[in-house]
Amino acid sequence: MKELISNNTTKLMDWVEHRFPIQAIIRASASEYYAPKNFNFWYFFGSLALLVLVIQIVSGIFLTMSYKPSAEDAFASVEYIMRDVRFGWLIRYIHSTGASAFFVVVYLHMFRGLLYGSYRAPRELLWIVGMLIYFVLMAEGFMGYLLPWGQMSYWGAQVIVNLVGVVPFIGDLLALVVRGDFVISDITLNRFFALHVIALPLALVALVVVHLIALHEVGSNNPDGIEINDNLDADGKPLDGIPFHPYYTVKDIVGVAVFLIFFAVVIFYLPEMGGYFIEANNFIPADPLKTPEHIAPVWYFTPFYAILRAIPNPLLGVIAMGASIMLFFFLPWLDRSPVRSIRYKGPLTKIALTAFVIAFLGLGYLGLMPPTELYTQLARFFSLVYFGFFLLMPIYTSIDSTKPLPDRLT
Amino acid sequence: MSEDGVSNGRRWFLIGTTAAFGGVVGAGVAIPFAASWTPSAKARAAGAPVEVSLKKLEPGQLIRVKWRGQPVWILYRTDSALSTLDQVTDELRDPLSEKNQQPDYCRNEARALKDKYLVVLGKCTHLGCSPTYRPDAGAADLGADWLGGFYCPCHGSKFDLAGRVYKGVPAPTNLPIPPHKYLDDETLLIGVDTEAA
Repeated sequence: MKELISNNTTKLMDWVEHRFPIQAIIRASASEYYAPKNFNFWYFFGSLALLVLVIQIVSGIFLTMSYKPSAEDAFASVEYIMRDVRFGWLIRYIHSTGASAFFVVVYLHMFRGLLYGSYRAPRELLWIVGMLIYFVLMAEGFMGYLLPWGQMSYWGAQVIVNLVGVVPFIGDLLALVVRGDFVISDITLNRFFALHVIALPLALVALVVVHLIALHEVGSNNPDGIEINDNLDADGKPLDGIPFHPYYTVKDIVGVAVFLIFFAVVIFYLPEMGGYFIEANNFIPADPLKTPEHIAPVWYFTPFYAILRAIPNPLLGVIAMGASIMLFFFLPWLDRSPVRSIRYKGPLTKIALTAFVIAFLGLGYLGLMPPTELYTQLARFFSLVYFGFFLLMPIYTSIDSTKPLPDRLT
Repeated sequence: MSEDGVSNGRRWFLIGTTAAFGGVVGAGVAIPFAASWTPSAKARAAGAPVEVSLKKLEPGQLIRVKWRGQPVWILYRTDSALSTLDQVTDELRDPLSEKNQQPDYCRNEARALKDKYLVVLGKCTHLGCSPTYRPDAGAADLGADWLGGFYCPCHGSKFDLAGRVYKGVPAPTNLPIPPHKYLDDETLLIGVDTEAA
């Protein structure tokens, strides 16, 4: 009997396999996809980002069922979700916390790339696609933040859309087209809703698929920054590689469990995170006639916002802010070091990266604060460090000393 | 345990427990999402019991009350109207209300707590149209033997003055009686069951 069942199962699986090669796909992308054996803590964040994407899509679908994208009803419908819909509060807090969690894991994921030189050849496209994902994610976060139609939603969007207005000649027209009205209004809300729930998520999912295809083509980098395919065994398998499944699926499950613990703590005990995940002013309905005393973007935008404010000329400020994001795209060509990983790079690179992290966090803090004289000076200093990290990179990476690379993973 | 360190028993135990815990977490997460699809507090408030005063209801008069967005009829049946219930028994599909279309306290010939008042959901059991009240005995379009009742304009289903369905019409069952109770002689509460005496 047992044999009969297993025979029939095999037959069924073969039948499917001839029509849709599911087992071959699983083999190629998991059980026979070899990844370097020395992944550490920093390699959790890619799979976590994927997890958060799923969380955001599922919770977002459920929010859409009760949310009303109109200036008249939006704020009340969010309150309806919070009070009247069963577990609506939970689903909304999952989504709002998920937004911040997305940026936390993506920033850590990007920092991993900086640490180990994951953007270096042949992974330039992988890095660029990743940056595009980050870009779409920022648009997604920005548009999603308008939807609750609170004071911060409204005035945040007002400020950001007006940034477009500083573009010479066509700026006003552009801002008008983005808003679809002379102010942020019902029309703007409605189109941001469409972009937030359909257009951008579709783009995001498509880019993630491209990111994964590119990753599996070139293979993962690793903390040593050397290629595992340089050392193959007799069967052509990398000596320092282990199959993604089961080794890294099991590792990632542990990462997921730990992540979900933190995620749940925030959802249940700190959903507003002291005003950093959901700002206090957003509990007041949008009022086009009254600006809140202090406007700050959500935390994940503040480094760039601080750069914008640090520069007195509005046009130059917007250009600097745009450049601060665009520069990431050029990293593969800015880094001239003969080695990829920070482990084998010299002191200059280590100092530069440390300074960059301090500047990035500093700008993030300053972007949340009101612009006093001292803070503006500090923001200018940090902005210089920020740009210096990128623009001086070709110089300091070429003259920096390096340690000899090992032949095999350490 | 073999030389290469593989213990299949331990391996299956770990896979089993991990899958079990994962399943519990998945089910736990599914609960709030599934629950969010049940009627919200707003929908439940809109579907709350409805209180109706019967003081102004005149003999033979039918009033319609909205309960959970559906029409509930309250009909003041005169003695002559009640006397028709016996006469149509043979023509009905379920004269004794055996099918579960009413609370137990209305499982009687008049299908009511008080014979005088019929409280019934005005929604045809065929496809959900709301039938019309046709008290006019012997009406030309309903036949000379029509003793009064309800007629569904959509597909011609007929019901007697207790909402019982006639034979040979599309509607399969009697009109449903909603849960209701009397707060006093002339005040009706629709949507709450009468407690067993």
